[in-house]
Amino acid sequence: MQLSSVEIEILKIIEENHKLSVESIALMAMCSEETVRKTIEKLEYEKIIMSYPTLINWSKVEGQEGVIAMIDVKVTPKRGVGFDEVAERISRFPEVSSLYLMSGAYDLSITVEGKTMNQIAAFVSDKLSTIENVVSTTTHFMLKKYKHDGVSFNSGNDDKDRRMVVSP
Amino acid sequence: MKHDYEHYLSQTAKELQPSGIRKFFDLAASMEDVISLGVGEPDFITPWSIREATILSLEQGFTSYTANAGLLELREEITTYLATRFGVHYNPNNQIIVTIGASQAIDLAFRAILNQGDEVLIVEPAFVSYAPLVAIAGGKPVAVSTSPVNGFKVTAEQIEAAITEKTKAILLCSPNNPTGSMLTKDELTEIAEIIQKYDLIVVSDEIYAELSYDEDFCSVAAIEGMYERTILINGFSKGFAMTGWRLGFLAAPKEFFEVMLKIHQYTTMCAPNMLQRGAVEALRNTYPEVESMRNSYRRRRNYVVQTLNQMGLECHTPGGAFYVFPSIRSTGLSSEQFAEELLMQEKVAVVPGHVFGESGEGYIRCSYATSMEQLQEALKRIQRFIEKKGVYADSQSEKVNAR
Ligand SMILES: Cc1ncc(COP(=O)(O)O)c(C=O)c1O
Repeated sequence: MQLSSVEIEILKIIEENHKLSVESIALMAMCSEETVRKTIEKLEYEKIIMSYPTLINWSKVEGQEGVIAMIDVKVTPKRGVGFDEVAERISRFPEVSSLYLMSGAYDLSITVEGKTMNQIAAFVSDKLSTIENVVSTTTHFMLKKYKHDGVSFNSGNDDKDRRMVVSP
Repeated sequence: MKHDYEHYLSQTAKELQPSGIRKFFDLAASMEDVISLGVGEPDFITPWSIREATILSLEQGFTSYTANAGLLELREEITTYLATRFGVHYNPNNQIIVTIGASQAIDLAFRAILNQGDEVLIVEPAFVSYAPLVAIAGGKPVAVSTSPVNGFKVTAEQIEAAITEKTKAILLCSPNNPTGSMLTKDELTEIAEIIQKYDLIVVSDEIYAELSYDEDFCSVAAIEGMYERTILINGFSKGFAMTGWRLGFLAAPKEFFEVMLKIHQYTTMCAPNMLQRGAVEALRNTYPEVESMRNSYRRRRNYVVQTLNQMGLECHTPGGAFYVFPSIRSTGLSSEQFAEELLMQEKVAVVPGHVFGESGEGYIRCSYATSMEQLQEALKRIQRFIEKKGVYADSQSEKVNAR
């Protein structure tokens, strides 16, 4: 879809910070608040804006740590529908947080989130590997998150303002 | 024996005015939880690949001096950069010097061209170092005042009116600190005519060249007839978010280069080796980062200018740098009073305009090189401050109330 430069500007602004008020976005993009409202509505409707996720570092919250696994899956593609049908089917499981078709040694890369290791093990053995066309699975448990979707999970040293209060 | 220190000290050094910025720094630094719009440097950390290249150069043991003028590799990158970005062509072997910030480059330029009593025109409001550096080099700074009538841009007439027998050079800074105003190619061309007519030298401080938002930046050296009489100064501080690195450079005809290099050689030897290697990476590979920082500043500028105007602090739209320079005349306060009371009552630091010369009185410098969250909060506090003062003109109070 072809977007105008103002629409792209609005997208870039909310990509960086979706908490800004409509008023602030309008001032930054030099357009009316009406334009901002309409643009956001349209882009949501067109599914160009997919969602406004909040990135939470659960590992910092006691009792909420959870387990994440990345699973490499080999499948035999089905005639006519290729990988799409089996991928669709897998993506419907609520445990699956992302799913990609990959080039290389395996076909699908799945990220699964669960409360415990057992929960993930059960998902793999009961649900995933029993799907017709799934040939093999390799499960990797994630040990620690350093960066996710462009955001660093470290102590955030880079965000600290180390400048003097007033400078020339 | 009692020492007479007055007697020991250099007359020129004694007569230098302490920077007004310093006073504000001391005041603001003594307070906690201050939101600062008083900072003259990027809020971004230097792009990682530049830091990485520097770390690598240290690992590889590049810890010696470099050539006096700087690493040839870096001078070559600078030459390419100036040619491709601004269309000005220099020879890396005898026209470029890598300096300790643009600051040292300005110092070198004045020391190289000034004789006792030579006058240098300084367009005010101006960066705080110019006049003192002219004085240190034995020259006499002469202020050329600009006003918001034409967006703080100096005109050819204003320059001509300030020229005397003794005028040797003019310092131009565009985009400007503190006003953010930027001279277009046409405006520079008119100014260039006067400069040529009176046979002056231009010291052109182009440190904010990368931070121009509405129009392409034009270097004075690219204007016809100006190359031969321009000392071009630029650096990495602002556009590449490298203030603490203390790296800048100058480009000039080789006759100027030779004299400046002599001084540089005796006073500094060379800029730090490993940092110059980081600068090579900056010029080679960080254009996307520079552009993304520029876009971020532009959006914040739009927000800040319009918000200040809405609350009744009249403010022109600056074409570059990361400062706005709104008038605070409507409050009836001096710029010093305004800045001090705002700091004490609302904990927002701004720099009073008079620090940048007499024509800055009645204005404050606000830097928008700060996060949107901080800017929003700071502007809310400024609005509360001027509402409490209750001294702004009627027409403006209507505007605020209508919001
Ligand atoms: C107009 C102007 N020139 C020069 C400088 C100094 O730059 P550098 O850090 O490269 O010495 C500054 C810094 O604030 C500035 O605003």
